[in-house]
Parts: sequence; structure tokens; C-alpha cells
Amino acid sequence: MENFDYVAPRSLAEAYATLGNGRSSLMLAGGTDVIVQLREGRKRCDQLIDLKHIPDLMTFQVNSDGSLEIGAAAPLATLYENAEIARRFPAIVDAATIIGGTQIQSRASLGGNLCNASPAADSSPALMALGARLVIGSSSGTREIAVEDFFVGPGRSALQPGELLVKIVVPALRENAGAFYHRFIPRNEMDIAVASAGVLLELDGSGQITRARVALGAVGPTPIMVPAAAQAVTGKAANADTFALAGAAAAEAATPITDMRGSIAQRKHLASVLTVRAFEGALARIKGDS
Amino acid sequence: MRRTQVQATINGERVEFLCEPRQSLLEVLREELNLTGAKEGCNNGNCGACSVLLNGRVVNSCCVLGVELEGADLTTIEGIGQAGSLHPLQQTFLEEAALQCGICTPGFIVSAKALLDKEPHPDEHRVRWWLANNLCRCTGYDKIVRAVLKAADQMEEVKPV
Ligand SMILES: Cc1cc2nc3c(=O)[nH]c(=O)nc-3n(C[C@H](O)[C@H](O)[C@H](O)COP(=O)(O)OP(=O)(O)OC[C@H]3O[C@@H](n4cnc5c(N)ncnc54)[C@H](O)[C@@H]3O)c2cc1C
Ligand code: FES
Ligand code: FES
Repeated sequence: MENFDYVAPRSLAEAYATLGNGRSSLMLAGGTDVIVQLREGRKRCDQLIDLKHIPDLMTFQVNSDGSLEIGAAAPLATLYENAEIARRFPAIVDAATIIGGTQIQSRASLGGNLCNASPAADSSPALMALGARLVIGSSSGTREIAVEDFFVGPGRSALQPGELLVKIVVPALRENAGAFYHRFIPRNEMDIAVASAGVLLELDGSGQITRARVALGAVGPTPIMVPAAAQAVTGKAANADTFALAGAAAAEAATPITDMRGSIAQRKHLASVLTVRAFEGALARIKGDS
Repeated sequence: MRRTQVQATINGERVEFLCEPRQSLLEVLREELNLTGAKEGCNNGNCGACSVLLNGRVVNSCCVLGVELEGADLTTIEGIGQAGSLHPLQQTFLEEAALQCGICTPGFIVSAKALLDKEPHPDEHRVRWWLANNLCRCTGYDKIVRAVLKAADQMEEVKPV
């Protein structure tokens, strides 16, 4: 591995100052992507900035309005071990519990998963479906963007030089709402998504769909929202026929490639099946079945 | 490149060492501190042979930098059981023949200890899920899972009621 300096700022202000010192920087959160990338020469930097000593980045909290704020570097295991997150935001647990295995989840963060900007990253479609927003900070202040606007291309995010991801803000789910995320992999665990789908489903008192959000992973250069799938189901009863419409729209919107993990045809089919089943999973959560 | 001074607690003892920022914790353990129990399988986070307990959580030491150890509490396989007084997991791994070449064994024991410390009564499914980041090319896993479940039973028996 090429050498670099290691810096461990104790506050965001210190981190921004280091980021602005004119040297090339990479962030170190859990290190499960970046340490391997540095070792294999896929990335390089003059200084590696460890974010784990910045308390703001390591904690999470449920606000009084029910929304959830997650520090960008908080380890996945601390999230899914939290009973309140598990109860209120099971779709985050869906993603956090399948990113790598136990050892990876002890260290890996949502911020690292997002900033690494893999089209197959598991947290992206889950957070997109949930309508999460990202707070990005720099020495000149903070800005906020929707998570779906964060991905620019494979491995490329909207972060500008001098910026880092501070936190992820997930709005509270409404009454009669549920969300679900899952992926297809050929093994039971420890693999990268061939395709994946996240769904948010909202119903009115009579069981009609009032709103939906559908996001897909690994079927394009970035994870994508599928507004056509959401439109196809809005105003309809939450049943298999309706969900099939969303599945068809998802397959239509997917623009996958063929690679060692799967072919275009398989991925389009998966986009449909995973979307339908994510709707079923979200519906089951609304009904309290799971 | 200047080496950084790092202070940490390793297997209950205060330790000071020098390392370069680019050195992984695995490299530091094996090459600077002569703690060769943690093994290098893949060096990219997939195999778990390098598992250690960092502040109580099981991590792959190939995906941690040595400099990150500043102020941390680390347990390696060398800190689990001793010759003559094995940890129950080490005993049941022997009894169940849960190893062949043995390269994966330290990682499995460290990882399984983290599970049993947290959840004394895991079922088979839970054990398999927890150990998914530990690979073994020899045993086919069944014997390893059996050894972990047996250790859990035994640790339960010796605990005071
Ligand atoms: C064995 C193995 C299995 C894996 N399995 C999966 C899987 O199933 N699904 C999946 O999605 N991923 C998987 N990954 C990839 C990786 O574990 C995840 O992407 C993880 O969430 C990365 O988080 P981290 O905190 O370790 O990131 P790091 O490695 O610390 O950082 C990743 C990148 O983001 C940047 N960065 C981190 N935090 C910030 C921030 N706050 N602001 C700006 N930039 C930042 C870093 O500079 C770096 O470029 C796997 C990795 C391994 C080694
Ligand atoms: S050597 Fe660290 S996970 Fe394989
Ligand atoms: S005993 Fe040889 S790899 Fe597990």
C-alpha cells in the first residue's frame, strides 16, 4: 500500500480545516471499502481522515417528530441493535443486516456505503424508498439533498472537494405505511446484489394506496427511483394485481448491464419480481405480520 | 515515512508500538507484535481468518489500520484460553474435530466467542448467520457449527444459577 498520513479530527470544524489544507483526502469511516481500495491501488490519497472520533458522526437519534438522524459513520451493528430503529425503520435493518457479515457490520457505516457510491450498495435503495435526505457539510456550511440525487455514476457521488457527508435524515413513516428492502444474490449471505428493490407503501383507511416510492439497485450505473412504478399503483387497492403493475414498470425502467453477476434479461426479470415482493413485504409490515 | 506511536490494551496488557499509517492491524499484530494467531486469508475482508475483538466487537483486522488502535481495547486469539485451560470453544472444536488445516480456526473461535458473549443461547441458524463472514475450505462447516452449539451448552452448565 502507498503511504499516506492518518488524521483523526475530534470535531467537524477540525475535519473541515484538514480537508481544506490543499492535500488530497479520503475519509475513513468503517474502512471496509477504503482500506481495501487503498491496498489494491484503486484509490490513493495524501491524507486519510478518520471520522470515528467526531461524536456527531457516530451517533443517531429519533427526533420528536419521529424522524431519524443517523451520523454518517455510525457502525451498522449499532443501528440494527437499537430496538427503536428496528421497530420504526425495519427497512434500514433489512439493508444493514445484509451488508457483508458480522465483522463488516461492526465497522461499516451507512455514510461509507453511500459515499462509496456502488450501484449495488444495499443501503441506497432502502434509504431512497424511505425518502431520506443527506446533510452534507463543509467549512462554508451545510447543504441538504435527497439521497437519490447523491449518485452521479459508478463510484461517483455529488460530494464536492472539501465536503463530507454528515448525516442521513429519514422521515417518520406515516400511519398505515410500511417499507421493505431486499436483494437477489445466488448465495444465502456475503455477496453483492445482482439486483435489489426498496419500496415504501402508504395506504388510506380503506386499504387504497395513497403513495408509494420504488427504488432499484444494481440495474444501472446508479441506483434509480422508479416514479412510473409508484404512479402505476397509486389510487389502487393494495393487492397482487396492483403490485404486478409496479413490477412491470420496474422491469421497464431498469437499464442493467450483463456482467459476471447476471445478464440484462435476468436483472430486468429480477427488478420486477423483487419490486412485487418488496410491496408484499411492506404490506405485511403495515398489517403487522412481520 | 514517519512511524506513529500507538498505545493500546491488547489481551489485557498495555502495549506501545510504532507503525506506519498504511499498515493494517493484521500486519501490525503479526509483524510488529509477534501475535501470529490471527491469520491472513484473503486480505480483503471476505474470509474472517484475521478476526479480532476490537472494543468488544468482532472485526476483520485486515480491514483496520494499526494506527486506529490508539486508545482501543483489543482481544486476539492469544487472549482467549491458554495451554492447559482452554476456552470451552477451543475444547469443543477439538472434541468435534471442527478443524483440519486449522488456518480458519482462530478466526472462527474469536467470532464465535463474540456471539456467545452477546447471545449465550443461539440456535443453529443464528450461529450459521453470525459466522457467515468466516470461511473454511476444509470442514464443510457442520462440525464447526456443532462445536459452537456444544460450547454454548457447556458454558450454560457451568454458570451459577
Ligand atoms: C467482505 C465484504 C462484503 C461486503 N458486502 C457488502 C454488501 O453485501 N453490500 C454492500 O452494499 N456493501 C458491501 N461491502 C462494501 C462495504 O462494506 C460497504 O460499502 C460499507 O457500508 C462501507 O462503509 P465503511 O464505513 O466501511 O466505508 P469506508 O470504507 O470507510 O468508506 C467508503 C468510501 O466512502 C468515503 N466516505 C466514508 N464516509 C464518508 C463521509 N462521511 N463523507 C464523505 N466520504 C465518506 C470514503 O472516503 C471511501 O471512499 C462489503 C465489503 C466487504 C469487504
Ligand atoms: S484476511 Fe482479513 S478477512 Fe480474510
Ligand atoms: S480447517 Fe482448513 S480452512 Fe478451515
